[in-house]
Amino acid sequence: MKAFAYAKAPDLAAALAAIEDPGTSVIAGGTEMVNWLKEGIATPERLVDINGLPLDGIDARPEGLRLGALARMSDAAPVVAAEYPVLAESLLCAASPQLRNMASLGGNLLQRTRCPYFRAEVLLPCNKRAPGSGCAARHGETRTQAIFGWSDACVATHPSDFAVALAALDATVIIVGPRGERTVPVTGFYRLPGDDPTVETVLAPDELVTAIDVPAGPHTRASHYLKVRERASYEFAMVAVAAALAHDGGVVTDARLALGGVAARPWRLDRTEAALRGVSLDDTEALRAAVAASFAEARPLAGNAFKVKLAQRATLRALTTAGSRGMVAS
Amino acid sequence: MIAAIGGLRRPDGAAKLTGAADYAADTPVDGVTHAALVPATVATGRIAHIDTAAAVRAPGVLAVLTHTDMPRLKTIGSPPLGQSVLPLQDDTVRYEGQPVAMVLAETFEQARRGAELVRATYADVAVPRAFGDGESVTPRPGLISGNPAGRVGDVEAGLAAATTVVTATYTTPNRHHSPMEPSATVASWHGDQLTVHESTQWVFGTQMALAAAFDLPADHVRVVCPFIGGGFGCKGFVWPHTLLAAAAARVTGRPVKLVLTRAQMFTSCGHQPATTQTLTLGTDDDGRLTAVRHHSVNPTSTFDDYAENATGGTRWMYASPAIDVAVLVEHTSRQTPTPMRAPAEGLGMFALESAMDELAYALRMDPVELRLRNEPAVDPMTGQPFSSRPLPDCLRAAAQRFGWSGRPAEPRSMRDGDELVGWGMASVTMDTFRLPSSARVRLQADGRTIVEAGTQEIGTGLPGVLTTIAAQTLGVDPGSVEVHHGDTDLPETSGTFGSSATMGVGSAVAAAATELRDKLDALAGTGAYPRRLADAGLDSLDAEARWDPAERGEGRSIHTYGAIFVEVRVDPDLGLVRMPRCTATYAAGRIINPLTARSQMIGGIAWGYGQAMLEESILEPQLGRFLSKNMAGYLVPVCADIGDIDVSFIEDPDTDASPLGAKGIGELGAVGVSAAIANAVFHATGIRVRDLPISIERLLNPVWDAPTPTTRP
Amino acid sequence: MRFDEESEVTLRVNGEDHVIHLESRMTLLDALRDRLGLTGTKKGCDGGECGACTVHVGGRRVLACMTLAVSLADADIATIEGMAVDGGLGPIQRAFLDNDAFQCGYCTPGQVMSAAALIAEGHAGSAREIREWMSGNICRCAAYPQIVAAVAEAAGALGRTVNVTEPAP
Ligand SMILES: Cc1cc2nc3c(=O)[nH]c(=O)nc-3n(C[C@H](O)[C@H](O)[C@H](O)COP(=O)(O)OP(=O)(O)OC[C@H]3O[C@@H](n4cnc5c(N)ncnc54)[C@H](O)[C@@H]3O)c2cc1C
Ligand code: SF4
Ligand code: FES
Ligand code: FES
Repeated sequence: MKAFAYAKAPDLAAALAAIEDPGTSVIAGGTEMVNWLKEGIATPERLVDINGLPLDGIDARPEGLRLGALARMSDAAPVVAAEYPVLAESLLCAASPQLRNMASLGGNLLQRTRCPYFRAEVLLPCNKRAPGSGCAARHGETRTQAIFGWSDACVATHPSDFAVALAALDATVIIVGPRGERTVPVTGFYRLPGDDPTVETVLAPDELVTAIDVPAGPHTRASHYLKVRERASYEFAMVAVAAALAHDGGVVTDARLALGGVAARPWRLDRTEAALRGVSLDDTEALRAAVAASFAEARPLAGNAFKVKLAQRATLRALTTAGSRGMVAS
Repeated sequence: MIAAIGGLRRPDGAAKLTGAADYAADTPVDGVTHAALVPATVATGRIAHIDTAAAVRAPGVLAVLTHTDMPRLKTIGSPPLGQSVLPLQDDTVRYEGQPVAMVLAETFEQARRGAELVRATYADVAVPRAFGDGESVTPRPGLISGNPAGRVGDVEAGLAAATTVVTATYTTPNRHHSPMEPSATVASWHGDQLTVHESTQWVFGTQMALAAAFDLPADHVRVVCPFIGGGFGCKGFVWPHTLLAAAAARVTGRPVKLVLTRAQMFTSCGHQPATTQTLTLGTDDDGRLTAVRHHSVNPTSTFDDYAENATGGTRWMYASPAIDVAVLVEHTSRQTPTPMRAPAEGLGMFALESAMDELAYALRMDPVELRLRNEPAVDPMTGQPFSSRPLPDCLRAAAQRFGWSGRPAEPRSMRDGDELVGWGMASVTMDTFRLPSSARVRLQADGRTIVEAGTQEIGTGLPGVLTTIAAQTLGVDPGSVEVHHGDTDLPETSGTFGSSATMGVGSAVAAAATELRDKLDALAGTGAYPRRLADAGLDSLDAEARWDPAERGEGRSIHTYGAIFVEVRVDPDLGLVRMPRCTATYAAGRIINPLTARSQMIGGIAWGYGQAMLEESILEPQLGRFLSKNMAGYLVPVCADIGDIDVSFIEDPDTDASPLGAKGIGELGAVGVSAAIANAVFHATGIRVRDLPISIERLLNPVWDAPTPTTRP
Repeated sequence: MRFDEESEVTLRVNGEDHVIHLESRMTLLDALRDRLGLTGTKKGCDGGECGACTVHVGGRRVLACMTLAVSLADADIATIEGMAVDGGLGPIQRAFLDNDAFQCGYCTPGQVMSAAALIAEGHAGSAREIREWMSGNICRCAAYPQIVAAVAEAAGALGRTVNVTEPAP
């Protein structure tokens, strides 16, 4: 680990001023940053600690949630559990109790891929870590890699569970920077790798995430986060599904679905969502067909074709579970 | 509840529970220098150049050692060395992760940074040799436990006579021991006296290797290791880092502390090699075996032949007129593999007990019955009598505790909601390794009894076992017994491996305590021993004894046995398996401390669960490296994975094995579990998984298939 | 706001203030072990993957290997060395001993710190809940069933009710 200089920002202005310098990085919970420093994935000259900023609010309002970027995963989960089960579940199935006590929501969105080549203790051919060095995973171990939206430059997936749930709920990220404040939907926050997998989000280096807004709606209660993994806990998702539904007597009126573990960003299933409208939750065949509609564009790699099948089955399961939760309301 | 189980609480428990127990890296040393290794990034080639300039200039860095300036070391061979290649002795790179330089600095942070700044370039880099690419050959002698090949009877004739034959190939993946404590060495020299605090399963092996490397008499080397944070085999032998730390301490003239990083743990102290095993079983109509063939091949390094003796258990498990076993190796680009809990039978019994299950289905016979029918009267390959063979008792007892009798045989016949339920079982066996050890027991006039043995405590609860043995032999209160251990200045013991410590060290303590008792009894006077000592004007009296297994057991086939039954729940849509309960009954000699023995078996079963369901270290074929060198990429079980485990023992004192009647238990629990789980998965799903681990993709059966495109871009 | 590569920091550990001069890149784990001699907190992975380094900061269980020591000026840090009660084992440690909830002992300080926090968090309601909320602490010796029993027993001793008969995963 390279030596770096450290300071705690007293306020937002100071933090923003500090990150105008390109050699300065932000640290929040540190559960990603400290690892990157150890592995040489990040090599900042200066580290600005933003934990002193008043960005840790968790506000549940009638029009929706406002979650501060510095709110901790473990603190947010119980507050949102009743009205937004998909969010609480995505938080509580992630990482471990200790990590959730440390990890901030903003940091969670900004975590980077768990691609084993990227995470190696030495530099391997990886365009994300060393642009132009190639992608060892492309024709290497692809079991945990993407089935959607990848490029020859990078086939990695994004590991956040929370981001997938947020994407399903059409949440937005609030960003401040020298050019003022802006709002970006979570689905648009992430970039697919294309030719340059080093740029993963639309967040500029001189900007900070201050909060996340989640709109309320009839669908948030009938929601569910299903994480598929081999170890019963403390493991990233092989595939995950966030599902939120509104329905009328069991007939879907509105469906929102996002997948995790399949692409460099949470993957919304637009076609499935459209196809589900008007379908009865009891009609398993129709549900299956609707789910399949989004998978025509799946492009599995040599070692992960099973994820195409798995993701569809998980989606169907999540839909059914989410649907069962809404029944009482209608 | 557990607390109700009898047995002495761990005497070292308080130290471990308060953080007071010192592991190697906890050793306080004044003026210690921190060392960090630079591992090779290629799997095969030659070091063309090492640029150390930036590292040498970095703040706090005291020295950088490479093959050009590293002292030349002498070898003693393996074992006690884990591999024959010594570190930093030449410019050849034989495996990825091999140390190519070592940085010494004032602080840990500075050493680690220094190591990052060393730049090595390589020449003659060739394509790594992967398992399956090369030829399988008969292993050269050396790192082999047992005989790699053996044959009795005529297998071809047996198969020709058989009415049912099952042949299948089973594979197990590369695995890493991954103890929670990374290996660590703290070395310091005082003149030509070397003291090493080491995380080792064998202090005396470490002493031997260091004495040889630096050309010293053994008594110039002291190795200290009271506690070790798990080893499971990877600390059984002596690996390069130990030699490097000692060499660095000599070069710098300061104490050196070298703690391996978690990533380095994947390339520094061996691993369990993958195996490919082919099993052929033939039976007559009654399910009696007519022929057994079990061949296994495993990858080893290019420089040592480590033969994983996977066919070991097949030699004595079942009666058959014809048995043919063989182990071959294949030379690949990797570090030399090493035994890992449970070696040999831990791998071989997955294949044998899976094949027995397949045979039971082929014969439409209950798998327990099939095993009972093939119970041998004598060792089927050697003809020797068994010292004890309570396998049928284990099978019947465990089956009953589990509630096996109501099991419908058909696959997919049990359901609970959306989940498929399966029950599976396997027989369990482990070879018995018996190794000599010495111990000293001293009774003091102040009423304390001191037991002294060089052995290290790895978690098996040996201090409690030795306390019990000494207390029982001398008739004193266990609370008055203190065990001193983990130091080559104490009486010589064997390593804590091969499940041998209770037998070896325990028997030595029993012998020493018996001798001491005789001496005490010979004293004049009556009353309690301390009183007699005082009356005789003595502060203390001691006795030292050595136990040599050669004294007994000659001509006997000595093993441990058990039976395991598991229930799995399979989510057929998502390919997920969980194991809510399992029942296992073992016969493993006399159980000296039921409390800690039970813990060992539970731990072993969890290991078997990891083998069955989670653990796999992928050796990336293009790069020739273990791909995920961390504990988020190499998955071992967590608390949520482990359901209810019911462990029981059958009373089976075996005085052919040791005078105590005790045998080894440390590895037995990890045997058979993966087969029982795979068999239960078959019972639940109808899918026979012959390749471990049982990952999601192996179970995604075509219940329904959405119209997905199979074309790849 | 001043950026420093090194600074003097007061670490309050188990109620005692320690003034140390440290580099900003030093983790809490290394500060505890190398600078304060508090080696009860263990390093298993140094990457957030095992839980061996679990300590409490401000009463919450966190990972010392993922925490920069410099960021903890004025925080209350509790380690295994502070868990004893009246110089003897505390109720959680006692329950671990009675249930044989450890073998090699290396993960044990982290398990005990995690268990203490878990009980305080109110996550000891059932065996299943304990299993999940102890899953951030890997025990390679796999003393898991005994750990669950110990936590349940300690939670009971500390006045929380536990349903231990609930089925496993
Ligand atoms: C072993 C392990 C297992 C894990 N398992 C899971 C899992 O199963 N599911 C899951 O979702 N996650 C998992 N995680 C990831 C964990 O959730 C993230 O590490 C955590 O959420 C990151 O938050 P942090 O506050 O610690 O981020 P930090 O490490 O502090 O920062 C991460 C990044 O975000 C930037 N950043 C942080 N806050 C802001 C802000 N407000 N504005 C701008 N930039 C900011 C930092 O500069 C840095 O680039 C796991 C992590 C580990 C180590
Ligand atoms: S998939 Fe992406 S992160 Fe992984 S090696 Fe390729 S470029 Fe790097
Ligand atoms: S050492 Fe901190 S989590 Fe492993
Ligand atoms: S007791 Fe050994 S790792 Fe837990």
